Amino acid sequence: MNNEQLTAKILSFEPSAEVKEGHQYLTATVASDKVHALAKNLRGSKDTNFDYLFCLTGMDYGDSLGVIYHLESTNLKHQLVIKTVCPDKEKPVLDTLCDIWRTTEFLEREVFDLFGINFNNHPDMRRIFLEEDWVGHPLRKDYSDNNIIVK
Amino acid sequence: MAEIIQDIQEQEYIINMGPQHPSTHGVLRLVLSLRGETVLSVQPHCGYIHRGIEKMCERLTYQQIIHLTDRLDYLSAHINNHAVCMAVETALGIEIPERVKYIRTIMDELARIASHQLWWCSFGMDLGALTAFFYGLRDREPILDIFEESTGGRLIQSYYTPGGLMKDIHPDFQKRVKDYIIYFRKKIGEYDQLLSGNVIMNQRTQGIGKLTKEEAISFGVTGPSGRGSGFECDVRKHRPYGMYGKVEFKEILRSEGDAFARYMVRMDEMRESLNIIEQLIDNIPAGDFTVKMKPVIKLPEGEYYQRVEAARGEFGVFISSKGEKYPYRIKLRSPNFSNLSALHTMANGQKIADLVAIGASLDYVIPDIDR
Amino acid sequence: MEFNIYDFTSFTKWIDESLNAAMSPFWVMITEMAIIGVAILAFYALVGLFLVYAERKVCAFMQNRVGPNRVGPFGIFQTIADLLKLLMKELVYIKNADKLLFNIAPFIVITASFLAIAAIPFARGLHAIDFNIGIFYVVAVSSLGVIGILLAGWSSNSKYSLIGAMRSGAQIVSYELSVGLSLITMVVLAGSMQLSTIVEAQANGWFIFTGHVPAVIAFVIFLIASTAETNRGPFDLAEAESELTAGFHTEYSGIRFAFFFLAEYMNMFIVASIAATVFWGGWMPFHVPGWEGFNTVMDYIPPFIWYIGKTAVIIFILMLFKWTFPRLRIDQLLTLEWKYLLPINLFNVVLMAFIVLMGWHW
Repeated sequence: MNNEQLTAKILSFEPSAEVKEGHQYLTATVASDKVHALAKNLRGSKDTNFDYLFCLTGMDYGDSLGVIYHLESTNLKHQLVIKTVCPDKEKPVLDTLCDIWRTTEFLEREVFDLFGINFNNHPDMRRIFLEEDWVGHPLRKDYSDNNIIVK
Repeated sequence: MAEIIQDIQEQEYIINMGPQHPSTHGVLRLVLSLRGETVLSVQPHCGYIHRGIEKMCERLTYQQIIHLTDRLDYLSAHINNHAVCMAVETALGIEIPERVKYIRTIMDELARIASHQLWWCSFGMDLGALTAFFYGLRDREPILDIFEESTGGRLIQSYYTPGGLMKDIHPDFQKRVKDYIIYFRKKIGEYDQLLSGNVIMNQRTQGIGKLTKEEAISFGVTGPSGRGSGFECDVRKHRPYGMYGKVEFKEILRSEGDAFARYMVRMDEMRESLNIIEQLIDNIPAGDFTVKMKPVIKLPEGEYYQRVEAARGEFGVFISSKGEKYPYRIKLRSPNFSNLSALHTMANGQKIADLVAIGASLDYVIPDIDR
Repeated sequence: MEFNIYDFTSFTKWIDESLNAAMSPFWVMITEMAIIGVAILAFYALVGLFLVYAERKVCAFMQNRVGPNRVGPFGIFQTIADLLKLLMKELVYIKNADKLLFNIAPFIVITASFLAIAAIPFARGLHAIDFNIGIFYVVAVSSLGVIGILLAGWSSNSKYSLIGAMRSGAQIVSYELSVGLSLITMVVLAGSMQLSTIVEAQANGWFIFTGHVPAVIAFVIFLIASTAETNRGPFDLAEAESELTAGFHTEYSGIRFAFFFLAEYMNMFIVASIAATVFWGGWMPFHVPGWEGFNTVMDYIPPFIWYIGKTAVIIFILMLFKWTFPRLRIDQLLTLEWKYLLPINLFNVVLMAFIVLMGWHW
């Protein structure tokens, strides 16, 4: 599927999505509560078939937190980036995609650990790298640590 | 009495494998619950060497980042650096010289062979065949010598830099690599004799740690581990970079999805890597080893992603830049982290000894998991 | 008294007679026991040191390495240095470990291997005690070691140790059957359990040659089963350092660990001795009936050398096993014993009995 067809397809799944062509990947920006439904459609539909999530990135945009999903279809070879932003920075919440791509189980735990984004319905929402009693989420821009080495 | 027996039969025996354990290849901790010798669940606990490389990168220039990505998967240090360099180069729109592409591809493949050799060593050792370890190390040593001669480093080289290479290759490089190809073609047969055909080894690995193609894709299990399940995930083939688009090589695929399939994929990949190097080594064009770069690189605003095929799977670098000399955010997609997430699915219901074999066939490198 | 390296009978008889001339029979017995004890202890230590060194050299030879080469010429004093190091190491006590069993376990293991040496004929007349049930005795005492291993695993209060001990228990009890049955096959052939009789019976040809196919089968099974019984690779599941760190002796340190270590090598020596004695004629020189000249030449080599040489060859084979093969899994190990070795072995005993009854064996 080329980018135009993909755009049309995404818009048919989720009319509110904002799809634009980046210099590398087609990028769809969706509201945080719509991600799960869109992802499910993209994974389930035969002609999109995004079965491989190869990267999940947590982002701190300063005033808000977000997640970027990099998707690929292993048989159709097209790629897509889905971006979403949590509206509330104090209590960031997203829906888990564990039921669609099982790799997200660990990746979301990592985002939870380092950014503090909570994922609904995640089977095992615990910190993965840091200790359970660690204060703060290190990859946030406002995180400060007295012992930081690189300034 | 019957109740006590039933109680004992239903109790789980919780055991900590690691962080100090011979077969976790570093400081990984696996919490196993067992019934007898059967593994009921595996809970990986990571983070013992979490260094926050992604955070550190936010305060480092792009040339400095190279020295940190080395230390992720130290066995494919060259390949990790390749990803970062290419991400920066694409962002800047620089066309790098052909010579650099050739050298980088050859170095990548040498690193892959060295990495698979070390995997083979530890695979044998995890199964209890200690002699394998020394055979692998014997053959890895010349590669490290070749690295040392050209790059100055043996394990982590920091040889690539955005725009090219740190230094030109040593004059003897081509000769030594060609000698090595001839040498290793002979020696790899010994690997098969010692381990691949061994009855005990076959029994220990065939049918163990099954992962279907669908599961592999869903878990994002890439690299030789994914290809052992039939997942066509070779970035070199499907999204060529460097010189991979111009050389001929096979993507090694097997459909069994067990530990033995993963083993055989790696064995064949070593041979395939030799073929790739052989096609390139004689044709390295003359030219500059780097393009002239500004001392401070500022990436234009935007988001960049680069995928490469590291020795253990797909390595990705995501750079988000705000036009400054530091990246705004760097995400490193490490293959081992995704591969580890499938461990529970593979090991569930197998024996402890199988868990060790599965871990060996996944070939995890802990610094890459923890970052 | 004439001292003869081909026959120690007169030498030992001379000691006995001169002691009897000097003191009462009770004290003679005490003194003789002391002499034998000291001799065996010295022999034990010597063989242990040498085997550890040999293993390291053989392993280095197989792995493209040099092996120990710093302490003394060719590193021959390396094991002595190791021993001194182990002696000086702290004995770590484990919290909540069962102190009594924890301390007793290494001694049980080492005593079991100690007991078996007494019955082994080293040369003509060089034999601490010549039971009429020699083989039975050796099999019985060598299986005592498993008690020590089980105790070590149980008392360490460590989960790895416990798994190692359980594995070891299952393994040794299973393989005991194969060891016993393969030896019984040879007892059927020899018609005696007395080790000296068995050796004498091989004067005209070792059992491995005169016993036809069943003897060869029994020999192969004995080698496999005894490797398993001594907990050596590829059957070292009880230790399995890549799975259980060190299995049953994970928590042991210093000289207690050294006891386990030494016992492993001595057990290897004992099974190699038994194999050499029962299958390869013990100290009996290699004879081919009818070749008088050849047999005379062979007789010039002292029996003790024959015995040591045969044992060394078998030990070398056991070492090759260890350094070549990957380790088996516990269920595969038990499958091998119960589904393959044991039925073959039972059939083999019947076959051997048939051959002996028909009188085809000489």
